[in-house]
Amino acid sequence: MNLRRFSLIAVPYFWLLGLFLVPFLIVFKISLSDIALSIPPYTPTLELSEGWAGFRDFLSQLDFENFEFLATDDLYWKSYLSSVQIAFISTFICLAIGFPIAYGMANAPKEWQPTLMLLVILPFWTSFLIRVYSLIGILSQEGMLNQFLMWIGLINEPLTILNTNIAVYIGIVYTYVPFMILPIYATLTKLDGSLLEAAEDLGCSRTEAFWRITIPLSKAGIIAGCFLVFIPALGEFVIPSLLGGSETLMIGKVLYEEFFANRDWPVAGAVAVILLLILIIPIVLYQRNEQRQLEAET
Amino acid sequence: MSETVFEPWNDPAEKPLIQFRNVTKSFGDFTAIDDLSIDIYEKEFFALLGPSGCGKTTMMRMLAGFEKVTSGTIMLDGQDISPIPPNKRSVNMMFQSYALFPHLTVYDNIAFGLKRDKLPKDQIDARVKEMLRLVQIEKFGQRKPEQISGGQRQRVALARALAKAPKLLLLDEPLSALDKKLRQDTQFELMDIQEKTGTTFVVVTHDQEEAMTVASRVAVMDHGKLKQVDTPDRIYEAPNSTYVADFIGDVNIIEGHATKQGETMAIGWAEGQPPIIGTPSKPMDDGKVSFAIRPEKVAISAERPTDRNNVVQGKVLDIAYLGNLSTYHVQLPNGVMIKAQAANSRRRASRPFTWDDEVWLSWTDTAGIILEN
Repeated sequence: MNLRRFSLIAVPYFWLLGLFLVPFLIVFKISLSDIALSIPPYTPTLELSEGWAGFRDFLSQLDFENFEFLATDDLYWKSYLSSVQIAFISTFICLAIGFPIAYGMANAPKEWQPTLMLLVILPFWTSFLIRVYSLIGILSQEGMLNQFLMWIGLINEPLTILNTNIAVYIGIVYTYVPFMILPIYATLTKLDGSLLEAAEDLGCSRTEAFWRITIPLSKAGIIAGCFLVFIPALGEFVIPSLLGGSETLMIGKVLYEEFFANRDWPVAGAVAVILLLILIIPIVLYQRNEQRQLEAET
Repeated sequence: MSETVFEPWNDPAEKPLIQFRNVTKSFGDFTAIDDLSIDIYEKEFFALLGPSGCGKTTMMRMLAGFEKVTSGTIMLDGQDISPIPPNKRSVNMMFQSYALFPHLTVYDNIAFGLKRDKLPKDQIDARVKEMLRLVQIEKFGQRKPEQISGGQRQRVALARALAKAPKLLLLDEPLSALDKKLRQDTQFELMDIQEKTGTTFVVVTHDQEEAMTVASRVAVMDHGKLKQVDTPDRIYEAPNSTYVADFIGDVNIIEGHATKQGETMAIGWAEGQPPIIGTPSKPMDDGKVSFAIRPEKVAISAERPTDRNNVVQGKVLDIAYLGNLSTYHVQLPNGVMIKAQAANSRRRASRPFTWDDEVWLSWTDTAGIILEN
């Protein structure tokens, strides 16, 4: 019995251990190494044949130089800050667009809901890369958007959208809005309609009932959706490099350049470790807060 | 001297609190409420009773304001309430699912309606505490709904609905989620609370026992129409149709042809059997009738009783032992089944009658009721 339970729990833990923790430790080790003209392009590497002394020697060569370097060059912290800003604003826009869509879906006639759900996930049937490339076609100077706006007479000159931060926002919001819609939709469909009637019965207007009942009860979905958008948006690399311009600073792009253009794996490793910390700290804080609330209740 | 009986419906000077005037409600082609008129008086405990789909819930939802009437008017305290939205009505509802807000504590659930009225804090606090005391859940104020039992949730729902001191409280199947023992105790508490607060209660239920226990008057509904509106004892003892007789409790229904015999009527019901003698409750012409008699009014004996007009002989086919009572299913020679009930007033190992015993069934002239077809 206990063995069965243990093995059931062990599967996801081994999965995380093998596919998250071990790779992370490797990246962390690389971030503590120095760049070298070799394969792999860093030093030191662990030689197991030299035994315990070799291991001590290996440890003594590791240091935090790369992290210090990140602090000295303002490119890095500016990129982090700009990434956080872009991810934050994109998450907010996704919420502003995604919540009404999810709400509309959850309140649509039952027989329509599978179709609406299908429409939300339909974009995933096309490769992400192709969708971003086609956005270039839409957003460029001669693109469909400018042509359409000029045709209806809203503008006389084509707008410069492509290669600006606006294009990055459009790209991120377009790509990630389904991740906002789906968890919110899932919580809203579970919402018991009689709760809203009860709120109305007790003196709430429809709008008040929405803010006092619907929003608090869909909190879990909203938070899940925000994490699902914020986390990948923060490290996003493809969208800023294809749609963004020279002014677009995002840490994903910096990471890519350190890794592939400069072939500086140790600095790239340090960038990745800091990025992970930026993501993990708010999640841990949030979960501790939830835990404390749960404990306070019991 | 007896106290004055609470019977506002018999007092023409009394003004009804709720009046349904020719109310019809349709959903598409389906008519849920069909040209229905009824008066409900202040301080009444009124039960709407019927099978599912009879329209009783629709009536309640129209009172709460969640459904609009298709035609006709509903008056509350002399005022047409159809233009008033649910949040502005002095009507509160206790939902069948209780609909407690899961993210709020018991205290905040009860305070919810009071806060919407923007009452001062200390008044809200006093009122919530009063409600918690009324339904005896003072200890659980700081718990969330999921942390209390079903019975306690039912109390919270009641307290929340009563907190705003509504003119009218609607209860949708209030006790259906509780187990039988708890339900019986809660019925009496519900009556107590209704009396203490003086609120008019309208309860919707499909459980006839519940309706009979709690209500001052019961309305039996079927297919969007009222079949009978009366006190529980009159509904039981003097049903006006076979539908009501059959819906409330257990009944034997015998079809026959009635002919007047002075005060009583003789009902010919089977070849070679003496007619049943019954007393009609109102003047009636000769013709086809149904004779309805409750099983507990049919006496069962081994010897032929001599003091009664209505005596038939039959064979015990089935015995349902209920503990306090036993119901005997007796088959008459012509195949008709009659149920007779006898109280098991004495403890003993052997039953007085057993399967295949020849027994005599008998009843008095006034035990049954004659219903026109």
